[in-house]
Amino acid sequence: MGIIKSNNLEFEYINHKEDGEIESVNKAIAGVNIDIEKGDFIVILGHNGSGKSTLAKQMNAILQPTRGSMWVNGINTKDDENLLNIRRMAGMVFQNPDNQIIGSIVEEDVGFGPENMGVATEDIWKRVEESLTSVKMLEYRRHSPNKLSGGQKQRVAIAGVMAMKPDCIILDEPTAMLDPNGRKDVIKTVTELNKAAGVTIILITHYMDEAVFADRIFVMDDGKIVIEGIPREVFSQVERLRELRLEVPQVTELAYELQQAGVALSDGILTIDELVEELCQLN
Amino acid sequence: MSIKLENINFFYSPDNAFKKHALKDINLEIEQGEFVGIIGHTGSGKSTLIQHFNGLLKPTSGHLYYDNSNIFDNAYHLKKLREKVGLVFQYPEHQLFETTVLKDVCFGPKNQGLDEKSCIERAGEALKLVGLKEKYWDKSPFEISGGQKRRAAIAGVLAMRPEVLILDEPTAGLDPRGKNDILNQIKKLYQETKITIILVSHSMEDIAKYANRLIVMNQGSIYFDDTPRNIFKRYKELEAIGLAAPQVTYIMDRLRRKGFDVSLDAITIEEAKEEILKFLGRDK
Repeated sequence: MGIIKSNNLEFEYINHKEDGEIESVNKAIAGVNIDIEKGDFIVILGHNGSGKSTLAKQMNAILQPTRGSMWVNGINTKDDENLLNIRRMAGMVFQNPDNQIIGSIVEEDVGFGPENMGVATEDIWKRVEESLTSVKMLEYRRHSPNKLSGGQKQRVAIAGVMAMKPDCIILDEPTAMLDPNGRKDVIKTVTELNKAAGVTIILITHYMDEAVFADRIFVMDDGKIVIEGIPREVFSQVERLRELRLEVPQVTELAYELQQAGVALSDGILTIDELVEELCQLN
Repeated sequence: MSIKLENINFFYSPDNAFKKHALKDINLEIEQGEFVGIIGHTGSGKSTLIQHFNGLLKPTSGHLYYDNSNIFDNAYHLKKLREKVGLVFQYPEHQLFETTVLKDVCFGPKNQGLDEKSCIERAGEALKLVGLKEKYWDKSPFEISGGQKRRAAIAGVLAMRPEVLILDEPTAGLDPRGKNDILNQIKKLYQETKITIILVSHSMEDIAKYANRLIVMNQGSIYFDDTPRNIFKRYKELEAIGLAAPQVTYIMDRLRRKGFDVSLDAITIEEAKEEILKFLGRDK
């Protein structure tokens, strides 16, 4: 069993009327089966309302399944006794950096998690230092989070999760509100945590270029996973992705358009290097 | 209409230790019918700049003219200016508040003093311009999708029939289709009504596709002010200030180095495709 596994997972948002009667039921997850290996870098794509964020919230038991099951490191997320344990193992980073920072200086914010877990004071400071180092924010430890850029704030949020020594980090559109530099820094940070520290990464994004180097991609629609595969397989399905309100990286789209016009290129070209090389061979 | 900025300087907190020189000696003129993109990283002064365009911020020094009138003259009617220069903030859907979409869009014209019938007329016109179908007009703004909310919010500004529409990252957080839909709608609006558009964006790809002029901000100053095509050719200078050209520019550049006779003028996928096909001799 992988680190995150689900079996026929379903989840319904239920709206109640004032008298408690059920007004409407919205099935946000409609039968998801996933099995994510420890150490993988996973990207989840899907249009607004496809169920990505709801699925993410199942992965650290913020939400629990209506039907079916979800396991984190073998522990069922319906096991209320183990909730804190699950949330330590699977940390979450959200879209808006301003909504998840609570400390008045950076190091206090990062220490909040381990402090709540009852880690010894000495150990807390050690963890704070280690995790700020891992996101390259150590020099800002005594700064006020208010004065940081969006990208820096997100890296502090990631450090806050790292201080709890998680096995897995789930990031729900962490770059949506950042400028290109901030985006690059955050993606570089999570990639390094994945490679160097072996942390399993689950990244939800609308930026296709952030998905190019993933180990696997899941594409969601209507609460289900409709495409699953390595980036090359997924991004070679240009028309299918368009139907799902998504797109492909610019270089992949250009290669696809050239292919349509009769140029003999491979399917699913992902980088500028690949495209230039293939065009050179044709010339 | 024209907006003219002369030697504009702006300081945040000018009187204490947090003093920040946010705009440095800005000179620029925007004419009727332009589609201007503004790019720059966080803290470069983009948002400060656009809040000058409708007098929300008053420059510490310098002059700002709208149709040759100084907007900070005592006699100038700033409220009227804000009807002519509509500003759509980031995440504008957070400002929706009425019980129905139509009522929400009526709020602007109602404040302009129009009677109910004209308000509804204006609101309907604006909602059509942003492509929000009639079946949504009587819904609560909170039960429609993210992309639809965003359209409703933009319609709220359009209902005042502005001459200039300023949009601060109008597609942040939307999925790719939602993003393209909104930008295409803005382009259509631009072509049909000849309204002046000022678009703040983080995406060079979007600027390449839609804008006919690009202003690049860096540390409170204007770094480039030219056509996107001319600016992207100087991608090394863009990189020096932490920005980059669209992916297409890099592809064309790499191909040229490999001996392909293709033009760096191509900045969109469509143009790049034409150039490459022409070079390979398959354009017929």
